[in-house]
Amino acid sequence: MSGTSTYVPGSGIGRWFDERLPIVRLVHDNFGSHPTPRNLNYWWTFGGILTFCLVAQIVTGIVLAMHYTGHADLAFDSVEHIMRDVNYGWLIRYAHAVGASMFFFAVYIHIFRGLYYGSYKAPREVLWILGVIIYILMMATAFMGYVLPWGQMSFWGATVITNLFSAIPLVGPAVTEWLWGGFAIDNPTLNRFFSLHYLLPFMIFGVVILHIWALHVPGSNNPVGLNVKDKQDTLPFAPYYVVKDSFALVVFLIFFAWFVFYNPNILGHADNYIPANPLSTPAHIVPEWYLLPFYAILRAIPDKLGGVLVMFASLGILVVLPWLDTSRIKSATFRPLYRQFFWIFVANCLLLGYLGSQPPEGGFLIIARICTAYYFLHFLIILPVLGLVETPKPLPESITKAVLAKSDGAKASAIEDRET
Amino acid sequence: MALKRLLLKIEKREVLGKMSGMQNMKNIAKSIMVSSLLLGFMVFPTLAAGVAERPEARDWSFGGVFGRYDRGELQRGFQVYIEVCSSCHSLKHVYYRNLGDDGGPGFSEAEVKAIAAKFEVTDGPNNSGEMFTRSALPRDPFVSPFANDAEARSINGGSLPPDLSVITKARSIERGFPGWFVDLFTGYQEQGTDYTYALLSGYADKPKDFHLQDGMYYNKYFVGQQIAMPAPLSDDQVEYADGTSATVNQMAHDVTAFLMWTAEPKLEERKRLGFKVIVFLIVFSTLLFLTKKKIWSRVEH
Repeated sequence: MSGTSTYVPGSGIGRWFDERLPIVRLVHDNFGSHPTPRNLNYWWTFGGILTFCLVAQIVTGIVLAMHYTGHADLAFDSVEHIMRDVNYGWLIRYAHAVGASMFFFAVYIHIFRGLYYGSYKAPREVLWILGVIIYILMMATAFMGYVLPWGQMSFWGATVITNLFSAIPLVGPAVTEWLWGGFAIDNPTLNRFFSLHYLLPFMIFGVVILHIWALHVPGSNNPVGLNVKDKQDTLPFAPYYVVKDSFALVVFLIFFAWFVFYNPNILGHADNYIPANPLSTPAHIVPEWYLLPFYAILRAIPDKLGGVLVMFASLGILVVLPWLDTSRIKSATFRPLYRQFFWIFVANCLLLGYLGSQPPEGGFLIIARICTAYYFLHFLIILPVLGLVETPKPLPESITKAVLAKSDGAKASAIEDRET
Repeated sequence: MALKRLLLKIEKREVLGKMSGMQNMKNIAKSIMVSSLLLGFMVFPTLAAGVAERPEARDWSFGGVFGRYDRGELQRGFQVYIEVCSSCHSLKHVYYRNLGDDGGPGFSEAEVKAIAAKFEVTDGPNNSGEMFTRSALPRDPFVSPFANDAEARSINGGSLPPDLSVITKARSIERGFPGWFVDLFTGYQEQGTDYTYALLSGYADKPKDFHLQDGMYYNKYFVGQQIAMPAPLSDDQVEYADGTSATVNQMAHDVTAFLMWTAEPKLEERKRLGFKVIVFLIVFSTLLFLTKKKIWSRVEH
């Protein structure tokens, strides 16, 4: 979508069609000739992997919906019916359930890659914000999907999350009842969650198209964070990145398949194989692993409304990140201080995730509060100040120079090796 | 301002570090990271360890990448379920026909019919609008011991014996760190069966100072160590047709394996298919890697 189109229809029919609906041209320009920085590493393959994850979730989800029954009395049994009586139902359901975890695993790598290489900075702020929107939609979709089997964690997870809205002053209880479709979580809640769980992935799909559009206007960021200066700095997407992304995707699928076939239930919670029971609360209500850091933040705040606000703020702060980071250097490779703080931030997020899985008491609670404070400190103080005080390392002149310096270095050391 | 000064100090140290070839900051950051992770993952689980005893990992024929059910074990376990458990516990998601399915206990068609015929089900309405009873057919689900939950509770002193169809997946063991992380990659997923076995064989006399509520029984693996289910198994409670000695441990093992099959009847198919899929993906990724190398050899990178 940037630069001029290089598509030349190969036949008369192709020309005729191109003049009426240039969709082949669109695909050619965006996924064929699209100029892509020549130095992208494997961390950049997760965009393609995520597209695959979304499509896989939609396809398996549509098949599941053909056999699932969205009724409080029948949902649990219909999932067991899928597992036992539907041809390859077990495979489709496990692929969908594990697929949700894989989707988040990939999106976390994608997000942290963006943080490390400064992909959120000008001119890619809109691209980044669209990404944050996708991430929030993903969390909503995953949460509602987890409710559908109508197990104990489904029911009690839904109870905890919908109750968050009751913290809103004045209208809270009314909003919560509106979400439930009644005075408690029951069949109407399950029905609307099923409906929304089917809707949201298509909304995600729409935002993904915008995300790719917003990516193809300025083009991809890259490991050295420099802008593309001339044609030398780029390679056409096909075949170079088609083959690189495909290889990475298949390696990712090995990881995916391991869980689907050999450990399909480890990423879920055993309690969700107990049918939902409004009269019996599980000992520990925990969300799926990918929501745990936010759960830790929610519970770290002693006030209910405060907890809800801080939790949403922890997502909202990502939206303004492009303006909080004052450094003009994108890549952490050239930011010696930021690189350290990036890894501390990663560790902090992992620790928050762990704390989210533990009861909010004693030492856990104290550490969770410290980690929550640090999460915000990172964005609100460390990032703005770092940009002002940090002395970046010297940048290469261009992407091509950086690539050549690297491969020359490799050649030189290979020659040295041979000589010694 | 104080923070800014601190950062400036750190910055200076970084510069000094670079000059002297040392990387102080890196080391500091690393030690903060490592120590916070260690603190989080290793110290707290031990503080938070529960009171119930942790079951030990057993060797199950269906564990691991090449795991398969042991037909004899499943048939014996089925016998224990029918003769012991089924007087209180339903198995609603299992049909008599499943007993003859591939990857199951391996009963023949005639055997399945004979097993089903021993039970009576209510069917109907017939042409005159009345319900009637008939003997069960392979297409019927396992007959439940109670008409409904209310009846089950009233007969069992207020407690509801849970349905056992997916019980081995509905129970687990708190593994702590690094257990849960290791389990991700070892494929250990027999937490539920280890727990079920431990529970069934874990009845004992209560310690002297332990206060047991009325109608409860002591079991060291159950939450709170008291359970409403009396010890279900005693030596030689069933007579195995294949001559296996029916000790409590043997019966607990067999019925647990059977309940793993009821929870995961497609386990063998899953593991077999998984092996083919992963071998295919490894070959495919190798080919893609070579293709990628070839294509990228055209440009410096």
